[in-house]
Amino acid sequence: MNPDQETFNINESPELSSRILADASVSGPVIAFFTSAVFWLLIGTVFGLIASIKFNFPDWLGATPALTFGRVRPAHLNAVIYGWASMSIAGCYIWLTARLCRTEVVWPKFLYISALLWNLGVVYGIISILNGHSQGMEWLEFPRAAVYLITAAAVCFSLSILRTFQMRQVKHIYVSLWYILASVIWFPILYVVANLPLYSGVTQAAANWWFAHNLLTVWVTPAGLAAAYYFIPKVIGRPIHSYYLSLLGFWTFALFYNWNGIHHLVGGPLPTWLITTSIVASVLMFIPVITVAINHHLTMVGHFGKLKYSPALRFVVFGAMCYTAVSFQGSIEALRSFSEVAHFTHYTIGHAHLGLYAFFTMILFGAIYYIMPRLLKWEWPYPVLIKFHFWLVATGVTLYVVSMTIGGLLQGFYMNDASRTFMDSVQVTKPYLFARSIGGVLILMGHLFFIYIFTLMVTRKGAIRRTPPWREEAEASPR
Amino acid sequence: MMYIRASIFFLGVLAALFLGWAGLTLIPGIQIREIKPASGLQPYTDQQLHGRAIYVREGCIYCHSQQTRPEGFGADQKRGWGRPSVPGDYVYDRPHLLGTMRTGPDLFNIAARQPSEDWHLIHLYNPRATSPGSLMPPYPWLFKEDEVFSKEVYAARGERVIPVPEEFAPKGKVIIATQEALDLVAYLLSLNHTYPVEEER
Repeated sequence: MNPDQETFNINESPELSSRILADASVSGPVIAFFTSAVFWLLIGTVFGLIASIKFNFPDWLGATPALTFGRVRPAHLNAVIYGWASMSIAGCYIWLTARLCRTEVVWPKFLYISALLWNLGVVYGIISILNGHSQGMEWLEFPRAAVYLITAAAVCFSLSILRTFQMRQVKHIYVSLWYILASVIWFPILYVVANLPLYSGVTQAAANWWFAHNLLTVWVTPAGLAAAYYFIPKVIGRPIHSYYLSLLGFWTFALFYNWNGIHHLVGGPLPTWLITTSIVASVLMFIPVITVAINHHLTMVGHFGKLKYSPALRFVVFGAMCYTAVSFQGSIEALRSFSEVAHFTHYTIGHAHLGLYAFFTMILFGAIYYIMPRLLKWEWPYPVLIKFHFWLVATGVTLYVVSMTIGGLLQGFYMNDASRTFMDSVQVTKPYLFARSIGGVLILMGHLFFIYIFTLMVTRKGAIRRTPPWREEAEASPR
Repeated sequence: MMYIRASIFFLGVLAALFLGWAGLTLIPGIQIREIKPASGLQPYTDQQLHGRAIYVREGCIYCHSQQTRPEGFGADQKRGWGRPSVPGDYVYDRPHLLGTMRTGPDLFNIAARQPSEDWHLIHLYNPRATSPGSLMPPYPWLFKEDEVFSKEVYAARGERVIPVPEEFAPKGKVIIATQEALDLVAYLLSLNHTYPVEEER
C-alpha cells in the first residue's frame, strides 16, 4: 500500500482520483510489457554489437553458423523491432490510453495474454533466424508460427485499447490519442497483409518495402509522436503550441507516410511511376514533419531550463529533435540524385539508427522514466545512473550516426566512381565501421545502467518515493 | 455527434492505409502480372533452388544486391555489371532477393564475371583467400576437413577437394566441399542475366 494515501485526500479532485484509478488498473500489464521490452533491448543490443564488430574482425565467431553476420543482423533487427520497440510501445499506449480517456483499462487479461504471446512469438522467431529458418525478406524474416503468435498478440492488445477508448470519460480527444488509435488499427492489418503469400518477383519487393517502411508509419513513429505530444506539455506544464497544426500534422502524416516505402528501391527494376510516387510522398512528408516540429519545439521555447531537472523530459526532447532531423534527412535521401550515392551504403544504416534509436528509443526511455514511478509509487534509485544512461547513449548514437553518415557517403562516392575498384569502396569504410562499434559499446554500457536501475525499480530495491506523483502533477498541471 | 466523428476518424485512418497498399502493391502487381519471363531466363533447377535456400539461410542479402542500375545512375554500366535488370528477370524469384546493401558487390551477373567454381568455393571457405581486405564472413560449416589421402581416394568417394591456398588451410588437412557448398555455388553460377531483353523499364 502507498504510505502517502492517508495524508493526501484523493477525493479532493475527480481528475486526480481518476488518474490514480487509471494508473492502478494498468500497472500490471504495463510493467509486464516494459519488462519484456527491456529484456529484448538487451538481447537486441548484444546482437547489434556482435554484428558491428564482425565488420572490424570478419573472422570473429566465424565458425559458429548461428552467429554468422547474415543471421545475427536480422536477429538484431527483429529483436529490437518486434521485441523492444513493439512491447515498449504496447506498455506506453496502455498507460497513455487509460490516462487520456480518464478511465480504467478494460480486459486487462487480454493484455497479459498479449504480452505472453508477443514474447513467445519473438523468442520463436529469433531462434528460428539463428537456426537458419528465415523467410528471407528484410523485416519479414520471422517464420509462420511466430507471425501467428504476434498477430494474435497484436489483436488482443488492439481490442483492449479500442474497448478502453469506447469507455472513455472525456469529451476532448487529445492528439496523442489520435496517433494511438490509428496505430492500433493499422498495425495488425499491416502485419497480416504483408505476411499473406500473395506476392513474388518484383511485386514481392514492392510489398516488402511497403511493409517495412509502413511499420515506421503505423507503429514506431506514431508511438514516438504520441509520447512526445503528451510528455512535453505535461512535464513543462503548458499546452501545446497549436491545436490546429496538430490536426493538420496528423492527417497529412496518415496520407503521405503510407506511400513512402518504394523509395527503398530507387534505381531498381520497378515501374518508374511507382518509385516516383514514393519519392513525391517522401518529400511531402515535410508538411507533417514541420507541423510536428513547430508544436514540439515551440512548446519548449523558454522552458529548456527544465531539462536539467526532469530526466524524462531530457530523453523526450532529445528524441523529438532527432525526429525533425531524421525526417528532413529521409525526405532528402529519397531524392534520386541523393539516392544514387547513399542507397546501398551504410548511410542508410545511420539514417535508420537516427530514426529508430535517437528519435524513437530515446522518447520511449523518457516515457518509461516518467511512467514507472507512477505505477510503482517508487522513486528511481540512483538518479546519477540515469545521467550516465543519457550521456552514454546520446554520445554513442551520435558517434554511430556521424560515422555511418560520413563512411556511407564516401562508400557511395567510391562505388559510383568507375576509376576505383569496388574493393576501394569497402576499404574506405573500415575506420568508420570501427567508430560505429565504439558507438555501439557506449550504447550497450548505457543500456546496462538502465537495465540495472529498471531491475531495482521493478523489484523495489530502491528508495521509497517521498512525494506522491499526483501532487507534483497537480502543481504543474496545465489546466 | 461523437459517434459520427469517431466513425469518420476510423474510416479516414483505414482509407489512408488502404490507399497506400493499393497504390504501392496492388496496382503495380496488376501491371507487372502481365509481364512474362524474360526470353533468355531459365527456371531454377532443384540444385540451384536448394543453393538459393542456403543463400537465404545465411543472409547473403544483407550485403549483396541483385539488381543492376541503368546508365547515368551509379557506375554499374561502366563497371560492366550487366544491362539494367527488368521485372521479367525476376519472375521465378520467391522470396525476392533484390537487396538494399552493397557492402559486397552486386551479384545479379556474378556468374558472368566470375564463372570459376573453384574460386567461389575457396571464397566461401575463406573470403580473404581470394579477396584480400574483404569484410565477408567465412562459411566453414559448408565444408569439412579431412586427412590428406591421394586424389584418387577422393575421386572414388566422389568428394570435391578445394584448392585452398596453403596459408588459409589448416595444417595437414584438405578441405572438402559439402553438398550445401556445391548447391550454393550452383545457384551463384546461375546468376547470369546477360541475355538481351526487349522490354525497357
